[in-house]
This record gives sequence, C-alpha cells and structure tokens, in this order.
Amino acid sequence: MDVLIDNADVFVSGFWLTLQLCVLSATGALLIGTIVAAMRISPVPSLRWAGATYVTLVRNLPLTIVFFLTSFGLPELGSNADFLRVPGLSSVFDRLGIDLPYFRFAVIALSVYTAAFVCEAIRSGVNAVPAGQAEAARSLGLTFRQNLLSIVLPQAWRAAIVPLGSVIIAMIKNSALAGAFGVTGELFSSGQNLTSSGGNPIIPVFIGISIGYLIMTVPLGIFIDRVENRRAVAR
Amino acid sequence: MSPQSSVLYDAPGPRTRRRTTIAAVLIGVALLAGAYYLVYRPLEAKGQFTAVKWGPLVDLADPNLPLVWERIRLGIIATLTAAALAIVCSLLAGTLLAVVRMLLKEQAKRRYAGLPAAAAYALRGLNTALRGITRFCVEVFRGLPVLVTIFFAWRISGISDPLWPLVIGLSIYNSVVIAEIIRSGMEGLPRGQREAADSLGLTPFQAILLVQLPQAFRIMLPALISQLVVILKDTTLGYIITYEDILAVAQQMIQILQNPIQMYVIIGAVFIAINYALSQLAAYVQRRVSRVRAHKPAAAATELAASEPVVLDA
Repeated sequence: MDVLIDNADVFVSGFWLTLQLCVLSATGALLIGTIVAAMRISPVPSLRWAGATYVTLVRNLPLTIVFFLTSFGLPELGSNADFLRVPGLSSVFDRLGIDLPYFRFAVIALSVYTAAFVCEAIRSGVNAVPAGQAEAARSLGLTFRQNLLSIVLPQAWRAAIVPLGSVIIAMIKNSALAGAFGVTGELFSSGQNLTSSGGNPIIPVFIGISIGYLIMTVPLGIFIDRVENRRAVAR
Repeated sequence: MSPQSSVLYDAPGPRTRRRTTIAAVLIGVALLAGAYYLVYRPLEAKGQFTAVKWGPLVDLADPNLPLVWERIRLGIIATLTAAALAIVCSLLAGTLLAVVRMLLKEQAKRRYAGLPAAAAYALRGLNTALRGITRFCVEVFRGLPVLVTIFFAWRISGISDPLWPLVIGLSIYNSVVIAEIIRSGMEGLPRGQREAADSLGLTPFQAILLVQLPQAFRIMLPALISQLVVILKDTTLGYIITYEDILAVAQQMIQILQNPIQMYVIIGAVFIAINYALSQLAAYVQRRVSRVRAHKPAAAATELAASEPVVLDA
C-alpha cells in the first residue's frame, strides 16, 4: 500500500486532469447533443436527416476510431483545435491552452462521441412526454416554439435526466482512453506509467486508479438511482 | 418522422409546406457547402483524395488490394473472436450472478426456525455478508472504465497471450452490467408469476430458473443485444494490450501505406455496418417483444420494462 501513499500526488493530479477532461467534454457533449436532438425533432427534413445520419454513424463507431480520426483528421484539416484556447477558460483548465493539442483533441473526440448518446437520451425524454400534453398545448393555440419550450421540454427534461446521467457516467469511464492518445498525466495513463516504467507493484496501483474513477462514477450513479426512485413514486 | 414530432406542430398547410421545403433545400445546400469548403477542400489540398492513399483500399486494379483486405479480414476475425468469447463469458457469468443475487435476496427472508439459534444467526450473517460482497462487486466493476479492467487483467494475470486478458477484462465489466439487466427484468415481472410458481410447490431455485429467468431473458432481449454492440465496440481496446485485432493490423498497414485517415474511415465503415445490423436486430426484437406482450393481460406491468429505451450506455 506504500505505493499509494508515496505516489499520492500522481494519483491526485491524474484525478484532477481526468475531472477537467470530463467537465469540458460533458459540457461539449451536452451542447452538441442538444443541438442534434433539436435538429432531429425539427420540421425541416434536411435537418432531421443530418441529425439522424450523425447519430447513426457516431453511435456505431468504436470510440477508439473516433479518437484516431480526430487526432489524424483535425491536423489534416489544418486545425490544431485552437478555437478551444479561450483565454479565461485556459487559466482554469490549464491543459486547454498549451501548444500540444492532444488534450483539446481528446475533448473534441469525447464530446462528438458522447453527443450522439446525449441526443438519443433527450429524444427519448421528448418521446416520453404523453402526446396529449402537446396536443392540449396545440389546441390552446400555442406555436411550435411555445409548445416545445414551455410544455414539452420541461417535462422531457425530467424523463431524460436518468438516461443522461448514465451517458455521462459512461463518458467518464470512456475518458480513460484519452490516456492512450497523448493526454499524459491523466488518471489511467499515470497508472500505466507507475506499473510499467515505475516498476511498482500492480495491485495497489490498480486500487488507486479504481478509487479515482469510483469517486466520480459512484456518487453520480447513486444520484441517478435517487432521481429514478423519486420519479417511480411520483408516477 | 417520429410520431412525437408530428404532435408538436399542426399538419402543415400549403404555405408552411412550401416554406419548409425552401428551408430544407437551403439548409441542405448550406450543409453540403459547409462540408465541401470546410472538409473536402482542405483535405484535397493536403492530397488526401489521391489514388496513392485510397488505391490499396478501394481500387480493384491495385496490386496491393487483395493483400490489404486479407489482413483486414484477419484483423476483423480476431476482433470478432475476442468479442464472441467475451459475449459468451459475460452472458454466462452475468446470468449466474443475477440468479445468485436473486437467491440471496430470497434467503434473506428465511428465519431458519428449525435450527438452533446460533446456527440460524450464523446462516443469516453469511447471507448478509454474501449479499454485501456481490453488491460491492457489482457497484465497483460497473463504475470502472473497461479499459482499466482490461489493462489490469493483463498486467495482474501476467498471461502473455493478450486474448484472454482482453476477454477477462471485457467479461468482468459486461457480466456485471448484464447481471443487472437480467435482474431488473426478473424484478419487473408481474408478481403473480412468482406466486404461481410458489403455489405449484417449486423451490425458489426452480422458480427462478424455470419461471422468472426465461421471461426476464425474453423481455430484456433488446437491451441484451444492444449490450452486445457495446462489447463489440469495446473489443477494439484490445490493441492497447497488444492484441492483434483490427486496429493493430490497421496500425501496421498505416506504417507502410501512410494513409491513416483512409484506413480508419474504411475500418469505421466496417464497424458501422456490423453494429448497425445488430441495432436493427435489437429494434426488431423489441417490436416483436412488445407486440407479443400486448396480447397478454399481464402486459401492463412488463410493458414498462420492455419499452425502456434501448440501453444508452456507451
């Protein structure tokens, strides 16, 4: 167990970096996912097709390939993902501002991948709203916008929060892959380093890494269970 | 169009239809133009559409094509082998875990009235302990990245052939998930099923095995199939522990052909094809399950479980 205490700083900084990665990617995924979900329920066919294509393609790709395509494709598109180097943001999330683009690529890959699942979660929430609600709103003369914003989305949000939570939990777990794509010092990759080049005993390192991930995933899981139980009673 | 989206707005009249069509065309053109100027042009300027890069993958006249696709085929077979083994292992272990957890929950109600007090307490303590341990395992392994379980299964076991650590790592994670799927299926069944089994004199084990488990499997089949998609996608992590799967093969070929983007696009297309077929199968099974259920009086209670959105877990 000495390994854990001796390398506490490695674990803590790895945890911190993974947390930063997750916060940024979750924000990005929620943003893109909401936009794609809005596209998929819009009355304009070409938007619906674009949204559906995006979801079908990304959802069936392994995250590994999304990562590969991001890290080989973006440089070829002449982008170092510099648009993510927002001055104020970079001072909080220090990896965003550095010259090496891998952290920004990881944020983009995770956001793009997770967004497809976020979209489906939101859409399932919208579908869970009883049709009578929207019909009643329409018969009261509400427009599409009013109907969506003040009747359907507030109720859809409540139904979507549980699937959204499991999507975010899955994303936190997926973030471990960033370590294999050049994001050094992330929780999984620091564990990898400790066992391979550091020559430390494996099991304590495994326990340390596991604790790091469980701190993020288990409370979120408990929170979701709570929400789910409350909804089950309310129904 | 999903039924919901048509509820959100009135059936469009001629003017709205015209406007929608115009908007659709304009937006479609804008999207295509965006794709052309922001993706196609820069890629072409960098020479990403040349025959040198694509030829070995798609040009039938290219002498390297048969060799490249032979290697891709072998890589896919390696990936599918690992995925199939992981699927079988996780289904078996997951079912076992689900049954064990149901049985333990069952036994917790027993008071062991015929036994001496000390023995009864010991048995009940054992039961509580076992329930705690299985619960703990489920919570821990569900919360860990599958990459972590694969990597440490590889390092801790010390097996040199990476196939088995990959299968073990995938199975640890997915058997726990599958166990939870099956368990929630069993608990979602109408209570009458279990009561009928009890009144026929079946033991708890028989009741679970003969009555609850088969029905839970049936209801949860769509969720189980989409979990298979997850397993197949996660199998690609094998290249990190040096398993010779499709991605490892791709990396070796990229060293020679120098065409990473093209190679990953093609391999991505292969994955999309396989997974899309699996998802369609899940959707088809889901429709069938809910149709069969709709004819039965017990439908209302199980409908909920069957109509849960296909597992969203990435």
